[in-house]
Order: sequence, then C-alpha cells, then structure tokens
Amino acid sequence: MTQANLPAWARLRVSRRHEKFIQVLLFLCAALSVLTTAAIILVLLGNAVYAPGAKKAFFEHVSVWEFLTGTHWKPVEGESGRFGILPLLSGTVMVAVIASLVSVPAGLGAAIYMSEYAAPAEREFLKPVLEVLAGIPSVVYGFFALKFITPWILKPALSLFGLDLGTFNVLSAGIVVGIMVTPLIASLSEDVIRSVPRSLREAAYALGSTRFDVSARVVVPAALSGILAAFLLAFSRAIGETMAVVIAGGQQPIATLNPLRGAQTMTSFMVHASTGDSAADSISRMSIYAIGITLFVITLTINLISGWILRRYREVYQ
Amino acid sequence: MPTITSGNVPPSVAGVDRELDMSAHSAAIEARRLNFFYGEHQVLFDVSLTVPERSVTALIGPSGCGKSTFLRTLNRMNDLIEGSRCQGEILVEGQNIMDPAVDVVLLRKHVGMVFQKSTPFPKSIFDNVAYGPRVAGEKNRAVLADLVESCLKKAALWEEVKDRLTTSAMSLSGGQQQRLCIARTLATNPRIILMDEPASALDPASTDRIENLIGELCANYTIVIVTHNMQQASRVSHQTAFFYKGQMVETGPTMKIFTHPSEKQTEDYITGRFG
Repeated sequence: MTQANLPAWARLRVSRRHEKFIQVLLFLCAALSVLTTAAIILVLLGNAVYAPGAKKAFFEHVSVWEFLTGTHWKPVEGESGRFGILPLLSGTVMVAVIASLVSVPAGLGAAIYMSEYAAPAEREFLKPVLEVLAGIPSVVYGFFALKFITPWILKPALSLFGLDLGTFNVLSAGIVVGIMVTPLIASLSEDVIRSVPRSLREAAYALGSTRFDVSARVVVPAALSGILAAFLLAFSRAIGETMAVVIAGGQQPIATLNPLRGAQTMTSFMVHASTGDSAADSISRMSIYAIGITLFVITLTINLISGWILRRYREVYQ
Repeated sequence: MPTITSGNVPPSVAGVDRELDMSAHSAAIEARRLNFFYGEHQVLFDVSLTVPERSVTALIGPSGCGKSTFLRTLNRMNDLIEGSRCQGEILVEGQNIMDPAVDVVLLRKHVGMVFQKSTPFPKSIFDNVAYGPRVAGEKNRAVLADLVESCLKKAALWEEVKDRLTTSAMSLSGGQQQRLCIARTLATNPRIILMDEPASALDPASTDRIENLIGELCANYTIVIVTHNMQQASRVSHQTAFFYKGQMVETGPTMKIFTHPSEKQTEDYITGRFG
C-alpha cells in the first residue's frame, strides 16, 4: 500500500529518519566506553606481554615470576635493573589499608547519622557538603597532606611518643586518601541503609530499642551486603588513587610496612616513570604497562567481588 | 433491609466471653479526649476509650477512620512520624504516657506491638525472639534459651521450629512469621499487646491460628486489636469500639455492638451498608 492510499491519520507527514539517527548516536555513546576499555587492555597487553615487531615487551625481558615475587624495584637499563613489584605493592596496600581504617568508620558513621539520626533539614545540608568533599581535586588533597596533616598534626602527635616522621610518608598519604573516599562510602552506604524497609525499624522500636539499637542491631546488619560492597569499591578507589599519593607519599621504592617512612606506590611510580626522561622503549618505561595490568587486575577483581557480594547476600524484602 | 440478630454473629474463639460486662474490670488503658494531628490535618477528635485489663478490645471502622492512628498512640509509635502532634491523656495502668518524663523505650517494652506485615529481622529464629531481651541487656545464654522456648510455646510456634532455631526467620511461611513476631513481642515481657491487623495478610488457616492464639493470650495479657474483618472482631474480642471519621462513635461488649448497637452509624457499618 502506498502513502496516498492510507487514510489521513495513518499518513507519515514528517520524516522519521531522525529517529534512526538518534538511535545510532546513542549506540555510539554506549559503544565508546566498551571500545575504550578494549583499547586500554590492548595497549597494556601489547607492551607488557607481547609486542609486535622489533620492540620487545616487558615480560620478554623480565619473567612474570620475578616481577611478582621480587623484593627490589630498581628500574634501570642493563644488568643492575631489578623489577620486583613487591615494594610498590606494599606501598599501595599500606595506603589502601590506612585509607580504609580512616574511611570505613567515618563513612559508615556519617551514613548512619544521615539516615537514622539527622532531621530532614540536617540531611539536606550534609549531603551536598559531602559531595563537595568528593569534588575536590586529588592534587589539592595531596598538598593538604604534605603541608598540613604531616607537619601540623602527625609530626607533633607522633613526637609525643618519640617517633620520627618523614616529610614524605605513607601515613599522611593514607589518611588523606581515606578522607577522599569517605564520601563514596557514606553516600553508597546511606543509599543501602535507607532502602531497609521502614517496617523493620518500626518493629525494632516497638520492641523497646533505642536509636542506636535500631541502627547497630537491625538496620546495619540488614544492609550489610551493600555496605561491604561500598567498602570494597572504596578500597579499590584507594588502590588506584594517584596524585595525593605522589605528592604526600614520596618516591622511594622500598619494601617496608612502616607507614612513617615514604614509599612508592604502583600509581606513583607510573607517574614518575612516564614524566621522566627515559626513552620510550626503555625497559623502565615498559614496566609501566606491566604495573598497569597488575592494577587493572586487582581493581577489577575487587569490583567483581563487591558485585558478587551485592547479588549473593542481598536480603529480599517483600 | 438486613436485621442483626445474634444468630448472624459467628461463635467466639475459646477464652473470649463476649457478653461479659468489662466495666467492673480495672482499666489497663484509659484514653481521655485524645486529639491527634498530622501537621495541620486532624485525624482523631476527642477520642476517649477505656480498655479493661486481661481482655481483648477490637477497634473497627472503615479505612482512614483513625483506628490505627489511635492504636499507635498507645505506645507512642507516632513519635517517629515527623510533624505529628497529640493532645489529651493516655493512662497506662494509671500513668499518663504523654508525660514527657516517660521513657518511650521502657513504655514500648511494657506495651508491645504486632504489625500488619510480618516483620522478622533478617536473623535466625532464635535471634529474632531473643532480640528484645538482648536489647534490654540480657546476655546469659541459658536464660535466653529458656525465654525463647517459652515465648515460642506461648505463640504456638515451638513445635514447628524447635529443630531449626538457627535457620533464618525469612525461611518461615507468612503465618509462621507472624507468630514469630508475636513470640518476639512476648519476649520483652509486655503487659499490653497492640495488634494492627495482624492477620490481614494471612490465609484462612493461619488467620484461624492467630485468632485462637489471641483467645489464649488474653488470659494473661491485655490486647487491643485493629481489624478490617468484622467477623474477626466478633470472634476474638470482649469489647468492640467503632471508629468513624476520627471519632470513637460507640463502644461496648462485643455481643451488644454486633447485635444491638446504640448508634445508627455502627449498625450501618456492621451490616455492611458502607465501609
């Protein structure tokens, strides 16, 4: 049937081609993130595992075993070069653990306060303030740690115990990364805490609970899977954090668990190596890609675990 | 026009004498000229009601008549609602619970509540029943175990769950969950139990068990129950109060309300002419 034979109401007056155009445009937006991820993985693998052409990939110079278990990181050309990731890993893990020790109690406490204690007006005020905290660039946090937390808080406090603190130290870097990820934990936890049904809270109050009983014995356990997932996401953010750690944490790749000294993390080495003057195909430059893969695998694993916890342990309320 | 005769009223559950004149019993609860507001909106108007101890009082009336709101004032549950306000007096065993000096946490242990939707905590059956005593500071495992057993027995659930006390309460059926909630309330050792449509989400067999349970419990506890089900009100209560548009229209022994109500509105509601 042609258009002319159709009754007036069924005749297409405007072209619908723009509909198709919008659909394609939206698909490209969605495809962009997938393509980017694929490209990143390709670049990482292409420099770390197998390089096409004359260039040799990182793992063709250094064995995976040496890379994962070596305790010395000395990224120089020739025989004296050592590429064991453990010193960088210990720096990264220390920062992430210290950040968690700060952010888990602070973030969870803030979430409980906002959802269970705060009056609506207070909550309206607190939420945007937390978002502002999350919006501060991480380079600012780095200088805040270097110029304020280390000299004005940690040094005087630790000197009371006779402890000496380096100008660059993992402790202040960890603390400031903890402050950075606190809004993430607070906001994600508050969402899951608020999704605990009101009826559960009322039942707890009706049994003679105080506000704290309701929060600690009913609401938080009921929201635990979501809260754990929030912790893990924040932990993986802390592992990947770069600028604050570069500025406050120092650049010495030493395998140590002493947070009072400086250390290099995986991310801060990557910044260091890519801004240095080593040649583009030097082994130290290539090591960036191997570290990149390691970071990628660690954070991906943590994110997958957190997603799994969310699905597996979600309480279903009818 | 249907006439009401005692023949239309279903038999009561064991333990409930509907013709008993309760006015001689001492009062567990006395509400005096209660007015309640959600913001500017008034939902209760000068409600006065006396609940005799160790008896069942049913609150009936159409949706939105204020019966649930009234029930929730009796353990100050409405305190949790932002912008609500209550005027008047509620005496629980002679003490005005509207007094700001009254501790609501202790009040709610004394005046327990069972809700329409069963609300087991996502914990084990044991931990659900032990919740109230634990919040009150009881830590002794043996004491808790005894208490859990006796409360589950009182709630007629013990036989069904005694072998799986450590499994999640969420695995129970709807009717079992509601009896668990009753057991959980009993574990705080209340004198008064408020029930807000406790069987409205349950199947007939489970409803029957809850009603029989109410008949057993009223020998030791004072019970106030809100129900939409008129048959249920007539089966389980000694005294019935009819609410309409925020006012308490009429109260009296259940048999009298269901056979010879004094007010035309009560008669119209009970015979199904509206609501």
